[in-house]
Amino acid sequence: MATIKLSESKINFIKDVCKSFGNKGGEVINVLHKVQGEFGYLPKEVQEVVALELNIPVSRVYGIVSFYSFFTMTPKGEHPISVCLGTACYVRGAEKVLDEIKRQLGINVGEVTPDGKFSLTVLRCVGACGLAPVIEVGDKVYGRMTPDRVKDVLAEYK
Amino acid sequence: MHVLCCGGTGCQASASAQIVKNFETILAEKGLQDEVQVIKTGCFGFCEKGPIVKIMPDNTFYVQVKPEDVEKIVNEHIIKGRKVTDLLYLDPENQEHVADSKHMGFYRKQLRIALRNCGFVNPEDIDECISRGGYEGLGKCLTEMTPQQVIDEVTKSGLRGRGGAGFPTGVKWGLCAKNKCDEMYVICNADEGDPGAFMDRSIMEGDPHSIVEAMAICGYAIGATHGLVYIRAEYPLAIHRLQIAIAQAREYGLLGEDILGTGFNFDIELRYGAGAFVCGEETALIHSMEGKRGEPTFKPPFPAVAGYNMKPSNVNNVETFANIPIIITKGADWFQSIGSEKSKGTKVFALAGQINNVGLIEVPMGTTLRDIIYEIGGGIKGGRQFKAVQTGGPSGGCLTAKHLDTQIDYDSLVAAGSMMGSGGMVVMDETSCMVAIAKFYLEFTCEESCGKCSPCRIGNKRMLEILTKITEGNGTMEDLQELRNLAAVIKDAALCGLGQTSPNPVLSTLDNFWDEYVEHVVDKKCRAGVCKKLMNYEIDKEKCIGCGKCAKNCPGEAISKTDYIAEGHKLPSMWIDTTKCIKCGACIAGCKFGAISVK
Repeated sequence: MATIKLSESKINFIKDVCKSFGNKGGEVINVLHKVQGEFGYLPKEVQEVVALELNIPVSRVYGIVSFYSFFTMTPKGEHPISVCLGTACYVRGAEKVLDEIKRQLGINVGEVTPDGKFSLTVLRCVGACGLAPVIEVGDKVYGRMTPDRVKDVLAEYK
Repeated sequence: MHVLCCGGTGCQASASAQIVKNFETILAEKGLQDEVQVIKTGCFGFCEKGPIVKIMPDNTFYVQVKPEDVEKIVNEHIIKGRKVTDLLYLDPENQEHVADSKHMGFYRKQLRIALRNCGFVNPEDIDECISRGGYEGLGKCLTEMTPQQVIDEVTKSGLRGRGGAGFPTGVKWGLCAKNKCDEMYVICNADEGDPGAFMDRSIMEGDPHSIVEAMAICGYAIGATHGLVYIRAEYPLAIHRLQIAIAQAREYGLLGEDILGTGFNFDIELRYGAGAFVCGEETALIHSMEGKRGEPTFKPPFPAVAGYNMKPSNVNNVETFANIPIIITKGADWFQSIGSEKSKGTKVFALAGQINNVGLIEVPMGTTLRDIIYEIGGGIKGGRQFKAVQTGGPSGGCLTAKHLDTQIDYDSLVAAGSMMGSGGMVVMDETSCMVAIAKFYLEFTCEESCGKCSPCRIGNKRMLEILTKITEGNGTMEDLQELRNLAAVIKDAALCGLGQTSPNPVLSTLDNFWDEYVEHVVDKKCRAGVCKKLMNYEIDKEKCIGCGKCAKNCPGEAISKTDYIAEGHKLPSMWIDTTKCIKCGACIAGCKFGAISVK
């Protein structure tokens, strides 16, 4: 196993989370939720510590991280952008909005801009179908998006 | 007096929280804070016109309220008793303002049973919920009924699973109750993963106590003392409200030990999903709750025999549970009197897409699609032509104009080639390409396939490749046959419900929109103008003034000058090299002279 290169305080945080769930292997999903909530993502070093603490194989932790779309191994940008590609948004032109964001930021889905400001993901339905198409920047929801509005929305964060 | 503000996700996205704040400050300034109560409720349903503010008791329904409108509402309506006309709903038919939601086309044909409290109570206050009859059903079960009587009542009501498959709920409870065991579980499936559906979310956000109550009733009926809610981590507001509801119920002795002094123990815990559509399948859901990958396993054994931790478990969907308390209080006969012959009660749908009134609706089973789309939905956006309605999400199908008079129930939707599903209903007009829609759903399934069985993992991938080929103009007629062959194999051989139903969007579009597939394959044309590779951009050299803006906008350097100067113009017109064109549309967006078109 590779050597773990995490700061002591981070390792202790993970250990505390695992302890709060009784170091039980069955709680691994809850542990990962907590840890990702703190760090923003789950790099392999973090997964190794979780596996050690819960006494389960790293392969099982990795199997879970890669299975569930909520978990990510890449860090998010300062302002994570999520474009809803649920059916309601899709039929109202979400793809054109996504293309425009990709073009303006010069990144693809799942990537981060070189300056670390924006990251881009797609998701399926935020439940605001009345406002379709919808994008989220951080926690803020922007409804009735059009390719023309992309520039203005991004400018709010520059 | 009460001011009810919608706190659903859609309205919150359009500043409903600020509206609540403004109401509170302005009412306090006027010294009215004790007379007028501001309540943040769950979803009213009419999301198209959100944010919504309702004033009780005179039942005035204000639409598209902005934070700055609050002062006017307080001054005019609350203080002077005059309705603010320009914030009322405008009936598109007769251009008259309507104040009472009962008289709006959107609400007229609806019947709210599962959503009975959404938009009426403060979901974070158990007292309000109790004052509207909450926990009465639980009390009745515990004091007047035996567990078997509860199961019989639910069976008699004819309630079927609202998650999509429509299995009779009472029968499911009965099967689980037979497997008596010291440790049994009631599980609420709140992993609403269907893209374009937000029914369960709205119920949990608007009326979480009905779920808590129903789970306790189920626990009493089948003999379980543990309840688990498997809820998506993507629904933070629903999680928050459920947590509050559970804590309040515990405080009131409606959860925990010795409930209402009857000796019955029951408690509920939340478990979080992590974004996997397949976890809506009950065996996958159970594995996920156990901290494993959410992969389905073969049934039998059914969860009723070996579910969570291999103990007997009963899994029901949120909307199914929301119907339970009222069935107990009003009786099975009442519930049975609503709906169609084999499907009783109502169904909640998330009505979305190219329709005027997007929102959350609840209609009696047996309502026709036409009523939903034209009466409640207010018809197609922009007066365009109706093309298709998709029900059942990635497991369902697309129905067309000829199905408009189909009555909505479990069996007739299946007979028409779609399915009820959990309640997503997406309306499409002529701007939607049906091949692209089929591809859209298949992309979803491929992404969400857990990969355990090969028909789903590999078969759907192959189908997606063929569809991609068709949308790019490289399809053949043999490909269309191959799609059908693959679909038949996947339907037969896939392990779980997700795989077995995954070819449905393709099959139903092949059946109902065969011409459109043939056009893509033979004529290399997409009539909706969606499939980019089949489109060609052209500049009308007579209209082009040669300003060159399109060439500047073009990211692919595909546009250049010609040597033709049109009559009356000074500069030579532009020309698009189709071999270089990436069909992004940037040129059209920038052309003020309407000289560029797509063919």
